[in-house]
Amino acid sequence: MNEIRFSGFGGQGIIRQGLILGKALSLYDNKFATMTQSFGPEARGSACSSQVVVAEERVLYPYVTKPEVLVAMSQEAYDKYEPELREGGILIIDSDLVRLKPSKRKIKIYSIPSTRFAEEIGNRIYANLVMLGFFTAITKIVTPEAIKKALPGLVPSRYIDINIKAFDKGYNYGLEVLEKEAQEKAEEEKTEKTQKLKGKGTKK
Amino acid sequence: MNVRKKSADPKGVLTGVHYLDGDYAIAEGALAAGCRFFAGYPITPSTETAERFAERIPMVGGVFIQMEDEIASVAALIGASWAGLKAMTVTSGPGFSLMMENIGLACMMEVPIVIADVQRGGPSTGLPTLTGQGDMQQVKWGSHGDYEIIALSPDSPQECFDLTIKAFNLSEMFRVPVFIMTDECVGHMHEKVVIPPAEEIEIVERKWYEGPKDKYLPYKPDVDLVPFMVKAGDGYRFHTTGLTHDERGYPVINAECQDWCVRHLCDKIRLNADKIIEYKEDETDNAEIVVVSYGITSRVAWKAIQDARKAGIKVGSLRLITIWPFPDKRIEELAGKIKAFVVPEINLGQIKREVERAAKGKVPVYPVSHCGGWVHNPDNILKVIKEAAK
Amino acid sequence: MKPEDRVEGRHPMEEFLRMDRMPHIWCSGCGIGIVVTSFIEALQKSGLDPNKVCVCSGIGCTGRVAGYVKLDSFHTTHGRPVPFATGLKLANPELKVVVFSGDGDIVGIGGNHFIHAARRNMDIVVICVNNFNYAMTGGQVAATTPIGANLSTAPYGNFEYPFNLPYLAEACGATYVARWTCLHIRRVTKSIQEALQKRGFSFIEVITPCVTLYARRNRLGDGLNLLRYYYENSEIRHGADTRTLDIGYQGKIIVGKFVDIEKPTFLDCMNNHLRKVLGDKYQPWGVKS
Repeated sequence: MNEIRFSGFGGQGIIRQGLILGKALSLYDNKFATMTQSFGPEARGSACSSQVVVAEERVLYPYVTKPEVLVAMSQEAYDKYEPELREGGILIIDSDLVRLKPSKRKIKIYSIPSTRFAEEIGNRIYANLVMLGFFTAITKIVTPEAIKKALPGLVPSRYIDINIKAFDKGYNYGLEVLEKEAQEKAEEEKTEKTQKLKGKGTKK
Repeated sequence: MNVRKKSADPKGVLTGVHYLDGDYAIAEGALAAGCRFFAGYPITPSTETAERFAERIPMVGGVFIQMEDEIASVAALIGASWAGLKAMTVTSGPGFSLMMENIGLACMMEVPIVIADVQRGGPSTGLPTLTGQGDMQQVKWGSHGDYEIIALSPDSPQECFDLTIKAFNLSEMFRVPVFIMTDECVGHMHEKVVIPPAEEIEIVERKWYEGPKDKYLPYKPDVDLVPFMVKAGDGYRFHTTGLTHDERGYPVINAECQDWCVRHLCDKIRLNADKIIEYKEDETDNAEIVVVSYGITSRVAWKAIQDARKAGIKVGSLRLITIWPFPDKRIEELAGKIKAFVVPEINLGQIKREVERAAKGKVPVYPVSHCGGWVHNPDNILKVIKEAAK
Repeated sequence: MKPEDRVEGRHPMEEFLRMDRMPHIWCSGCGIGIVVTSFIEALQKSGLDPNKVCVCSGIGCTGRVAGYVKLDSFHTTHGRPVPFATGLKLANPELKVVVFSGDGDIVGIGGNHFIHAARRNMDIVVICVNNFNYAMTGGQVAATTPIGANLSTAPYGNFEYPFNLPYLAEACGATYVARWTCLHIRRVTKSIQEALQKRGFSFIEVITPCVTLYARRNRLGDGLNLLRYYYENSEIRHGADTRTLDIGYQGKIIVGKFVDIEKPTFLDCMNNHLRKVLGDKYQPWGVKS
């Protein structure tokens, strides 16, 4: 089972991210996905979040308790939700909007300037799709095809193309980040190996 | 039962696979069932149903009206139903309390209407944005006097759609208000909802009277106890009242007529209960413990049941789909075979009382209560199952 | 010959009355029956198909009207005949829906429904029989009781400002507003007929004597004395500014037709607006094609 939380401030399209992901998974990726959102005055303006629980079988407990993935698009949301992120979980942030606090927790952190990228595309309102693209590449929870199929009905039909463009921007950036990570890892392993070898040598 | 069926009017059916929340699914269920009149008043967490209906109905053909309050909403539904339309509204706790007056009128006039209550934490204004299941007794007893209604409890957006259609069908079949007792969690939860083609959706038609005009008696029970109905404007010039009345619908203010009238209102549901009641059972045959649950709590309870089975406890599940009339018979049967019932619910034991009553003291009934604001932690249910199994 | 077969043994309005429910419950000297007679006469003159005319009443003495008229008739809950009528009318726009109820029902407990139906210009006729008190429950003070009148829950006399009903109706958007006393039988009939033949929210207030409670408690005499009071103190002033129509205790009663304008109804507005916004996708409601 996967528990995912998208968070940010009102107006960033955080609820929409949850809706698109939930719909993509349930309708096009053959999964069970339950989407809930925080309602009420406390959900307006300040920290806002939507949650998706993903499973191979019917979701029984509908709420996210210890998310495995946290997407934070504002400082307040990061401050509020980071502590509940599961050990070993993935934190994804907008690098221009969130300043990380020093932490000893074992979590993987990925960042993307999603709002800046969206502005480059034409409008910051597409930041949620840039972020969703990045999320898709990093987590591999959902297929990019499913996300694209899920867009009609959730974004106005005349803006579908630009939303796809935003998604691809984030998705490709995510792939680059992963590739870079893989290279770094490979290099690390290589140096580790050589160090080990050297170590062996010196021991002898 | 004297029932005429047909398939749904395709105009209202949004056939396809959707990703909807429970509130939207109720609106789609209503449209698929042929509901063409909605009068309502906005209240969290039910408003999305009204919004969806208001958006969709202009293209289907019908009326959406936002009334001045919930009292007016139900009054308008009864009027619309007498004019021949299927009518519904949706609300939550505070609005539900206001509706009680005219729910009584709908019962007394024997008018088919459907009301969805997307429950939130109460009493009073309570928790507008957070879930609860605290209206389960109110729906049965909230209006004054003796009467019977039908109430259903969906556990998902898909069931919100399915049970809304069922609610309309039962309402037409029995000339009675039918309630969809959902809650904030299901109402605001998005999941996959499959809407079948119109021809696969079975719709019950109203029991229209077809005899001679001057012989029509609006409250003469048919063989299945449900009287035939006519529409306003069709020349029957009938009378109906909230007063105690005879078969003609004329007020008769004495104990004898009261006895006939009130027993009729109750009997048409009580004596037909077997045709109304629906529940889902799992492994109750060899169970020592049976968890009785409904709505969102039944999903959370299912997790606890699975964990309990892993721990070697023989646990069965009785998930109530119909809450009212209450499945007394089945509870009593099970009571004779098991060690204990466990009843988790998001209130302080409203349905637990019913289980206790129906079990007639044969076995203990363990509540797992929760005041509202969130669903149960499955571990808390598991703990009580373990305690009950000791 | 049996008495019911004789012409003089039959009521000329039998076709519109539930004779099997006679005698009615109203006191002798009460004015409600007079208003019912005017209504039936107006209905006959209107040329409307009586099968398409519905009467909705609430609770109270006037609330019993629905039980006596032989039409599709609905005796609803206290204060709610207006929203009930709203549902009936919207669900079948072919119907002519008349709300026939008392002042306590329509502007007391049902005041909120009344102002909103008027605001929406719901196409219904509201006949409000005003007897200045809650009579069915034994003569309590009402939202229409003149200052100074004595009633069982105002045992030292009423000190609350009463409603001026025509002003209220006009302010809320009614397209037809008239006030009469039940002494003005032909005027009442004419007003009801006009209202029946008009589209929009029509409001007719008819002031009637409550002999048993209001009159007795205030020592105003019997029905005849009250009719004499109406005769001597009412003044017909058509088109009067509705702000000037307050009624003081045993004071002057200005009567007449005050408002008679044309305005699109709720359904007109709904159909016009949605057609404009949605174009051909819109399925008009209650419009004969």
